Amino acid sequence: MIYDWLIAPFAEFEFMRRALAGVLALALGAGPIGVFLMLRRMSLVGDAMAHAILPGAAIGFLLSGLNLFAMAGGGLIAGFVVALTAGLIARSTELKEDASLAAFFLISLAVGVTIISMAGTNIDLLHVLFGTVLALDNETLLLIAVNSTVTLVGLALIYRPLVLECVDPGFLRSVSRAGGPAHIAFMALVVLNLVSGFHALGTLLAVGIMMLPAVAARFWARDITAMVFIAAGIGTTSGFAGLLLSYHTGAPSGPAVILVAGAIYAGSVLFGRVGGLVWNLFPGRHLEA
Amino acid sequence: MTAPLIFRNLTLGYDRHPAVHHLDGALEPGSLTAVVGPNGAGKSTLFKGMVGLLKPLAGGIERHEAQPQDIAYLPQIADIDRSFPINVYDLVSMGLWRSRGLFGGIGRKDHDAIERALGAVGLTGFERRPIGSLSGGQMQRMLFARLLLQDARLIILDEPFNAIDARTSADLLALVRGWHAENRTVIAALHDLDLVKTHFPSTLLLARVPVAWGETAEVLTAENITKARRMCEAFDEQAGACAVAA
Repeated sequence: MIYDWLIAPFAEFEFMRRALAGVLALALGAGPIGVFLMLRRMSLVGDAMAHAILPGAAIGFLLSGLNLFAMAGGGLIAGFVVALTAGLIARSTELKEDASLAAFFLISLAVGVTIISMAGTNIDLLHVLFGTVLALDNETLLLIAVNSTVTLVGLALIYRPLVLECVDPGFLRSVSRAGGPAHIAFMALVVLNLVSGFHALGTLLAVGIMMLPAVAARFWARDITAMVFIAAGIGTTSGFAGLLLSYHTGAPSGPAVILVAGAIYAGSVLFGRVGGLVWNLFPGRHLEA
Repeated sequence: MTAPLIFRNLTLGYDRHPAVHHLDGALEPGSLTAVVGPNGAGKSTLFKGMVGLLKPLAGGIERHEAQPQDIAYLPQIADIDRSFPINVYDLVSMGLWRSRGLFGGIGRKDHDAIERALGAVGLTGFERRPIGSLSGGQMQRMLFARLLLQDARLIILDEPFNAIDARTSADLLALVRGWHAENRTVIAALHDLDLVKTHFPSTLLLARVPVAWGETAEVLTAENITKARRMCEAFDEQAGACAVAA
């Protein structure tokens, strides 16, 4: 019974195994990235960036159809261009970074959807917007795995300046010049993960596997290290459970993964040990000291 | 030993308006100096210039083994995000940045040093506490522990005893005295003149322009203090270009 529910779908069907490998790899990299986005108060920046990579992917699509490397390369380039330009505009004008990102991602989304609608079919558009987690080919799996590996190694390398820039930017400036480069490297990792997520879950849901586990993890840990591990754990659990949910109920698989992550988030808000609502309502008797 | 910092006709300010005007002089090595002056006298501005956060409008600072990264600096309002999920131990250990950098491991000796620093500020047992749970005084003790680990030859403290109770200030003042005994150069902005007279051998009285700089007893005369109050007039929107030759 348990075998039928939990294991059989993956044992019997190769596309399920591929999908599982894809979402697990994706969740391992995206969760920790999400934690840092949240702590840097950039939770919505991931969303904006996800839309910003669309025109790049669309131009890749225009040039060579549903080709992995053209679309991923286009997405990466577009993501970097938007991240850097938004950063530059924020530093050289009165506009804050989130405001200039908001302007850029709306323009990008419009450009991307226009290109794909005019050049391709509605199926292509759905593919781009919602991804195809059940049809991951070898190259895409490899791309996701490489991106996740690069993400984890990269985060380890820039961990100290990244943490310190969130908690005490003044002190970081006084001891090191690593803050700026670390921020740029971090934004590059965000783009990398969105490009991965884009193939599996589509541009609209790619951010889900990044942010939902991260904000849920906030309710379970007081320490950033623990939070990073919990986020990766919640992400992989959502991937596994979401694929099963989709298999057994016929729900579309990408949204199913995000729905499970959403359910875990809702549960965490209510029952999370660190500041969850239920614990706040019934805190128990106060301690002696 | 040469002075770590020498000010040469230094003018610092914002939007071309000077906040510290034509400061000359040298910070003696191993000295313990108080910077005294009314609010708006340019004390914080001077410190920002010393640690390189503010470029001089005119004149300059000559540095001898006191590059900005060699200075331990405690700002008046540390821009610490207190809601950030990090514990006291990890935050204090960031004081090792200069010796350990981006990638250096924290070894047995470093852990001992961190424990000693926490012990010296009276925060033993607080290692695993999230920084958001600290009181104002404990927060300041934690920042002093980080300063201890920075092990800098030049230490700058911007109003370190503000909004701190008597016992905490006494404990932290003992650390400052300790640094002085170890022949480190310490400069601190302070408002409590009695404390300055008892513990700080030299004083810089600032009122946008330096009023006096030297031995505390000679600087903190009633006459000088009145002069400082009078000179500390407001930032004038219509001010013309300064005529003193640079």
